[in-house]
Amino acid sequence: MTRKSGEQGSAAVAFTFAAFLVLFTVATVYLFVAKIWWFPPAISQFGTQIDDQFHRTLVITGIIFVLAQLGLALAIFRSRDHGQKATFFEGNSTMEFLWTLATIIMFVGLGLFGEHAWAEAHFQGAAAGAIQVEVTGQQFAWNFRYAGPDGKFGGTKPELVSASSGNPLGLDPRDPASKDDVVSPVMYAPAGHEVELLIRTQDVTHSFFVRELRLKQDAVPGMTIHMHFDALDPGQYEIACAELCGLGHYRMRSFLNVVSQEEFDKWMRDQETALQQQ
Amino acid sequence: MVTHEGGGHHHAPSGFIRKYIFSLDHKVIGIQYYMLALFSVFLGMALSLLMRIHLVWPSLKFPLIPGGLMTPEQYLALVTMHGSIMVFMVLTTAPQSGFGNYMLPIQIGAEDMAFPVLNMLSFWITFVSLVVLTSAFFVTGGAPISGWTAYPPLSAMGEITGPGEGMGQTLWVVGVAIFCIASLLGALNFITTTVDLRAKGMTLGRMPLTVWAWLVTAILGLLAFGVLLAACLLLLLDRLAGTSFFIPGGLVVTDTPIVSHTGGSPLLWQHLFWFFGHPEVYIAILPGMGVASHVLSTFSRKPVFGYKAMVGALGAIGFLGFCVWGHHMFISGMSPYSAFAFSLLTMTIGVPSAIKTFNWLGTVWGGKIQFTTAMMFALGFVSLFVTGGLSGLFLAQPSIDLYLHDTYFVVAHFHLIMGVAAIFGIFSATYFWFPKMFGRMLNETIGKIHFWFTFVGVYCIFMPMHFLGIAGHPRRYADTTGVNFLAPLHPVHYFITIAAMITITAQLLFLFNFFYSMKKGDKATENPWNATTLEWSIPSPPPFDNFAGHVPVVYRGPYEFSVPGAPDDYIPQHLTPERVGKAH
Repeated sequence: MTRKSGEQGSAAVAFTFAAFLVLFTVATVYLFVAKIWWFPPAISQFGTQIDDQFHRTLVITGIIFVLAQLGLALAIFRSRDHGQKATFFEGNSTMEFLWTLATIIMFVGLGLFGEHAWAEAHFQGAAAGAIQVEVTGQQFAWNFRYAGPDGKFGGTKPELVSASSGNPLGLDPRDPASKDDVVSPVMYAPAGHEVELLIRTQDVTHSFFVRELRLKQDAVPGMTIHMHFDALDPGQYEIACAELCGLGHYRMRSFLNVVSQEEFDKWMRDQETALQQQ
Repeated sequence: MVTHEGGGHHHAPSGFIRKYIFSLDHKVIGIQYYMLALFSVFLGMALSLLMRIHLVWPSLKFPLIPGGLMTPEQYLALVTMHGSIMVFMVLTTAPQSGFGNYMLPIQIGAEDMAFPVLNMLSFWITFVSLVVLTSAFFVTGGAPISGWTAYPPLSAMGEITGPGEGMGQTLWVVGVAIFCIASLLGALNFITTTVDLRAKGMTLGRMPLTVWAWLVTAILGLLAFGVLLAACLLLLLDRLAGTSFFIPGGLVVTDTPIVSHTGGSPLLWQHLFWFFGHPEVYIAILPGMGVASHVLSTFSRKPVFGYKAMVGALGAIGFLGFCVWGHHMFISGMSPYSAFAFSLLTMTIGVPSAIKTFNWLGTVWGGKIQFTTAMMFALGFVSLFVTGGLSGLFLAQPSIDLYLHDTYFVVAHFHLIMGVAAIFGIFSATYFWFPKMFGRMLNETIGKIHFWFTFVGVYCIFMPMHFLGIAGHPRRYADTTGVNFLAPLHPVHYFITIAAMITITAQLLFLFNFFYSMKKGDKATENPWNATTLEWSIPSPPPFDNFAGHVPVVYRGPYEFSVPGAPDDYIPQHLTPERVGKAH
């Protein structure tokens, strides 16, 4: 049965296989270098750090990828049936040891390198004077709460939650601290000013994701999770939900408006004025 | 080591039901598992095809759907069921329970599994699990929309969180729990069989790498499925008995306060689920690694490069596989300090994976390759394993995962490494062992056409998904119009869908080849590939008790190819030193 494929057949298949692997490798490298579909530009120092670590990882994995795929192509082409005898070779401990050591250094080293950005995002709290924004997810919308002039978030009660009557977070009107709380379906942040997020959810797990900040954090029922960022470039950025939360997951989005300090202060004043007129 | 004593071998049952339905024969059970997986893989593929079509042509009307248009909840039901069916019914079932069941006893020289009745029960419990799981499509509200990961509280609070979260989700939880029981029984059987029933001379160091892979996989299954079973029971209690293992207090769903639950933790489920879920990845891929090693050696006519390192790497992957589940939870809200540990352990697991890759290349290097279809799928496996594995190095770093988590980058990664690479292992095993299992050869020409469509096809489907992920495209989106930044990515989706349609259609070639060759293929000889392990020392297909009452004795390792001075370029394991010549 198998004996039918002789030397010629082997050469043709070997060549095709090796050629495909080379073509595939070249195409892949091209697409990663051309960056036709790529990250949007980062708008924070932190985002740039993430991009740097991504590129370090891309270079190292890229080299391994090219060497491994071309190595496979070469092994296939060289070892095609051209009338030779297969070598009897059961392994080589020195080689095993060397490439084990090399991969340990490379992989673990890469991992250690990447911890810095993670530590900055999670091990350090927000800078003093950061603006606090409470982010609340619910099926299928985001709400953003600012503490107002008193600097205190007022109390909320689950039984008061009513999106239809304009109280999506269930603010307790009897708590004086809640009177000046600004609740908005879009988020505003002043450029160049640290913002601390208090991420929570009313119902199921959601995930707060802003591509340009390179920031993603699950909103977990029963928890309030702190994150912080400092956006440098003004503009409007989309906030998407990144954790499956139900049928409207795909349309659970909002906007982050990064504006100048003056514009931010004006927006805040307008919100406060609107509150007082109610 | 307890060996099988000769004599007392059981006789084949004669009735149809005992022979083909409730059979105790590991070979029949292996084929039953394979057929279950074959049905499931086509079902799972059909679901993915519907998803791909919907993503690109959202206004296309489908038959069987009232109104014709696919709703978001229907899309998510497809997501959930595609993942669940593929992971449980295909990737866990075919490589381990299918081929493992059929080949493991023969390869170690046993006449059956250690517990044949348990073996039969495992299959039928798996079958019940499949029926329960798929029945979720047909109940009110449809199949669940919480994905195969079923994160509570979405999956725990019933219909209030969405359609499919009523009866459909309950059936899902019950189905998966039943599957856990079947897998636990199967794992026990595999371990006992390997430990107790090896033939004389089949020392651990002479076991084929396939057997090593099945053994390590069984140990993973034993430790992992128990945890998932417990998690499913807790989730079921939350859903039906009003407990709150995973549901905290104070929740409000669409303006309705949930007063009946308090005190639970959604993260508890994630820890339990991924404590199972990560080893599950290796349960899917380890048998494929075993098959790839085996097939690459056979058709390179060369011993496996670094047999001991290969065994060690299997063990290391198995062990480390239990220490890295937290890398699925970097952004879940768990302690950021533990992310540090999980990350480094995950980077470490890349090391044994790299060792295996090096050794596969070393096995092929300097060989004399026979390009059988089985060999081509094994070579494709190596390429896919490298490609899919390397993207893991991005996701293993919490800082990069901050961005890539739950994007299409992850979809690309796990499909290549645990989906497609594992499927290539299954295909390689199918083309390799079909002659032994059915006594006929698969058509090699159709096989090669099938290989090329599949190999090129899967790369065309999954490579572009990396770029969707890098552009920030979240996964599990029923529609790409809800968020503006997805609009420029539409051409990529379009390309993927076309590639998927072609690749899935090409799988009909395999289906045809499989059933046509079973009846009309060329007759297979005892050892059509000139291979070395024990299954090639008996007729194709093997008799009822495998070795016809004759207990094999093993004299050598499993990969003695092109041994200098030997008359042939292979020396079967059962060949006595006298028959090979005094040099051996």
